[in-house]
Amino acid sequence: MTTTTGMPDFDEHVAYQPLVGTGRRGDQVFSGLARGSGILVVALVAAVGAFLLIEAIPALLKNRANFLFDRVWDLDDPAAPKFGIPDLLWATVAIAMIAMAIAVPLAIGVALFLTNYAPTRVARPFAYVVDLLAAVPSIIYGLWGIKVLLPYSRDVQGFLSSTLGWIPLFKDAGVSQGTLFLAGVVLAIMILPIVTAISREVFAQTPPAHKEGALALGATRWEMIRTAVLPYGRAGVISAAMLGLGRALGETIAITIIVSQVAGFNFSIFNGGQTFASKIANNAAEFDSPTKTGAFIAAGLVLFVLTFVVNAVARIVIERRKAFTE
Amino acid sequence: MTSIAAAGATPLIGPSIERPSRAREIRNAIPTDLIWTSFFAAVVPLVWILYTVITKGLSLLLSSTWWLESQRGITVRHVGGGAYHAIVGTLLQATVTALISVPIAIFTAVYLVEYGRGRLARAVSFMVDILTGIPSIVAALFIYALWVTTLGLDRAGFSVSLALVLLMLPVVVRSTEEMLRLVPNELREASYALGVPKWKTISRVVIPTAFSGIVTGVLLGLARVIGETAPLLILGPYTKEINFNLFSGNMAALPTMINWDRTQSLQPAVDRTWAAALTLILLVLLLNIAGRVIARFSRV
Repeated sequence: MTTTTGMPDFDEHVAYQPLVGTGRRGDQVFSGLARGSGILVVALVAAVGAFLLIEAIPALLKNRANFLFDRVWDLDDPAAPKFGIPDLLWATVAIAMIAMAIAVPLAIGVALFLTNYAPTRVARPFAYVVDLLAAVPSIIYGLWGIKVLLPYSRDVQGFLSSTLGWIPLFKDAGVSQGTLFLAGVVLAIMILPIVTAISREVFAQTPPAHKEGALALGATRWEMIRTAVLPYGRAGVISAAMLGLGRALGETIAITIIVSQVAGFNFSIFNGGQTFASKIANNAAEFDSPTKTGAFIAAGLVLFVLTFVVNAVARIVIERRKAFTE
Repeated sequence: MTSIAAAGATPLIGPSIERPSRAREIRNAIPTDLIWTSFFAAVVPLVWILYTVITKGLSLLLSSTWWLESQRGITVRHVGGGAYHAIVGTLLQATVTALISVPIAIFTAVYLVEYGRGRLARAVSFMVDILTGIPSIVAALFIYALWVTTLGLDRAGFSVSLALVLLMLPVVVRSTEEMLRLVPNELREASYALGVPKWKTISRVVIPTAFSGIVTGVLLGLARVIGETAPLLILGPYTKEINFNLFSGNMAALPTMINWDRTQSLQPAVDRTWAAALTLILLVLLLNIAGRVIARFSRV
């Protein structure tokens, strides 16, 4: 029934379909292929985790620094590499949070517009336009961000750091090229379509009886949305946001293009930096010794675990909502 | 007594239905404006991006050399050459990706809809979701660990395709699954009633009925992977020359062609970057629109 949110309903055909077939050879081969493909998918995900772990462990054992807490990345001596992830984690989380802070409210607005405000004739093509945003490759967002949006973002950053500069988060870091802030803004545009698509689906599923009931009691349109549509869609919107977050954490090329690499570290979003993904992408040419490769793969493993957890939580929220509404 | 008389004097319909109070009207108007604004805020970037890429990239695309020549021997200072090498690379890698991932994806979807019950089906469904969320750079690292470190092979076009398979699989599985579920059960029952075995029912009745929807899913999946850059950075080094061999030598692709010149400030290189970007967007939009047109004109 749904594309992105739907966990299938396994009991749908159970009553009237032969599950095992007739035992003829064609049936055996065909069901074997189907089952095999399913198992292959499970095995693939397991293999991703296993291979990354196998490659990362030797490098992690040689690591002279604390992987989770030391802010160093020095792989020049293959016998005694020092690498830690807190800088990467900060940049990744900061960009993702900026993107979420902009994209989620905007996406809820767009989804409400498409389901409750726009006339149906207009809503269809507009929904299509938002879907097209999702089709634009991320390298083009990156290119556009650094070549076109950068001057505008400088103005906004100048304004924010002069008014809110006393908060460390908004302190001017003296970076004139791409910052975490700019990357967050571009990423917000990139995850907007996903969050919008799923929110739109759940808002559209609000039972008409709830909406008409609210309107019949004299509610204005906004009151109807606040009392009927939003409570119904809350779990769906949360999981949509989580899926957007998963996408934001793993985005590579747009961030690699936009965010400038800087030496100094501080907690300002107007600073440069590197995320897990951009660190790996920036150093793809350096995969020459097992230890070096292992260090980057260890960073990739952390990213894999992060996105796995975020996506799994999103799916569980959808599942529970489904169980609740049915 | 008086209150009853007063109530009786007021007609029940008409004037007793009041307009919302002024405060409620304002509280209704503000979110309404915000919601309209949010929609336009979402559309502006798309128009802006398309406008930028088209105005900066179109001029090169209009000459035939762009489509017929490679960048061999052309430096950042020189005007000329084309994107043929990158277009060939992108299309070859995409074709191989589709050839590998489509059969696996369709069989997985068939398993989930027609066969799967219980634990394994739940696990498969969950893993497809996880696969949807795997960052492209992680998929690329996995293939790097498998292809280069473990098997000791050189990076090549085929290794890029393998990484793209991981990204395309979940898209095609989900859309095929959805299409198979839309096939009415009466069709299956009629087929079983005629004594047709299950595998023939699926391959001759269920899949043909859902075929156009499956094609749409494949095209949308391709549109997604064709613009992926991260796997190319790790597994597919750029070259300015034409290479048809997926198993040896560097192979160009449109995203890496964009990436190659993007830091240059000389005009010929800048023009080429935007032209390559426009070529990529055109390719992706073409796949997208084709997919949606097919979906529109042949609903199950």
